[in-house]
Amino acid sequence: MDVLLGIRGKDFVLIGTSKAFLHGITVMKATDDKTRALNDHTLLAFSGEAGDTIQFAEFIQANTQLYTMRHSSDLPVAAVAAFVRSELASSLRSRHPYTVNMLIGGYDTKSDTPMLYWLDYLASSTEIPYAAHGYAQYYCMSILDAHYKKGMNVEEVTGLMRDCHEELRRRMPIDFKGLRVKIVDKDGVREVEGFD
Amino acid sequence: MAGSYDRALSVFSPDGHVFQVEYALEAVKRGTCAVGVKGKSIAVLGCEKRSAVKLQDTRITPSKIGLVDSHVCLAFAGLNADARILIDKARVEAQSHRLTVEDPVTIEYITKYVAGVQQKYTQSGGVRPFGISTLIIGFDPNDDTPRLYQTEPSGIYSAWKANAIGRSSKTVREFLERNFKEDMDREETIKLTVKSLLEVVQTGAKNIEIALMAPGKKVEYLEAEKIESYVKEIEAEKAAEAAKKKGGRGGASASTATGTSTPIGGTSTSGGVTGS
Repeated sequence: MDVLLGIRGKDFVLIGTSKAFLHGITVMKATDDKTRALNDHTLLAFSGEAGDTIQFAEFIQANTQLYTMRHSSDLPVAAVAAFVRSELASSLRSRHPYTVNMLIGGYDTKSDTPMLYWLDYLASSTEIPYAAHGYAQYYCMSILDAHYKKGMNVEEVTGLMRDCHEELRRRMPIDFKGLRVKIVDKDGVREVEGFD
Repeated sequence: MAGSYDRALSVFSPDGHVFQVEYALEAVKRGTCAVGVKGKSIAVLGCEKRSAVKLQDTRITPSKIGLVDSHVCLAFAGLNADARILIDKARVEAQSHRLTVEDPVTIEYITKYVAGVQQKYTQSGGVRPFGISTLIIGFDPNDDTPRLYQTEPSGIYSAWKANAIGRSSKTVREFLERNFKEDMDREETIKLTVKSLLEVVQTGAKNIEIALMAPGKKVEYLEAEKIESYVKEIEAEKAAEAAKKKGGRGGASASTATGTSTPIGGTSTSGGVTGS
């Protein structure tokens, strides 16, 4: 029921996640943050089985941080995605697999390219220009298909995210308490206000 | 059948020594010097770099100063290869601590952990102790008091205002004892660190490495040119002092004269160390 949205722009990635923390049909919290910054230029957004999500995300976060400390340089976005996929693939074949869906937004500082990865709990992974998980897919993919263009700037992508947000509010019968939207670019990860 | 009695090398000698640990301390004394100094809200680590051979690429040769976590910096004296293993264990612990309690480690905690690992290697079978002492600096989360700790191969750890380990550490420590002041600012702290290292580093700036930590900031490695300027400044001061002494040869400042004779004192102590 959680909303995960990601759009890759010209030199940045925008990621939006719903702020409602749900337990069954009850909203436990309206200011939840379903993202973790893995390093200076990589953001992981997650949804799925409660408990599994944070456990897995923070495990990934600790390991990417450990990589940074060991090699005094950050793990590139593509490598992070490959690592997450491989961890999820081994988990899938274990007695108790993690049920976590993810979006990884990052900025590759070596080649100056923004990247957006879509991963699901079956450990499939792909790099795409825009992505969604959960019910958001049904409402937003058509908008993104219609309006996404290559090389959009921050204003255009923020506008597109706002359109998706508006569509979800209008059509989806679940109150997801608005979106928490973050941008990842060459300067790092920042929150973008105004998606309540 | 010797059974498992001779598994561990680190057993007591009849007079109560654990020789392997003492040999490890000897390896530390032969390692290049490392200095740690605390200022008002800054902690500085200084290291003597071993002079590189002509064809060695110094830019990518590993440093003696390592980051354990973004707020913890560690310098060592002794066997480089042993240090790599110990630092890696500390890094894993630092991340594991963050993962389990959602808080970065305190400097004391990680020091205790490092010392704990070192102790384990003096009391286990089939291993030898780590041939390194470490200096650990940093700031606890949400706190701007600088911390400086030392660990030894035996597993002892201790807190300091300023300290030195490795080759000629005694000379440097005595220098620090004479020149340390409470609540030094950034410049004073760096200068004292460089000055104390110059007591034992003959080749000057190109063989010195400096790392700084300030509360809530990332570690800062001083550039070679910056260190060079500190060295120049210190040498100019020393020259001025010497000239003043020569001019007013009244024997008024006999006590400060020891300052100029330290290089000789430095080599004699390190000679004494290797002799023992």
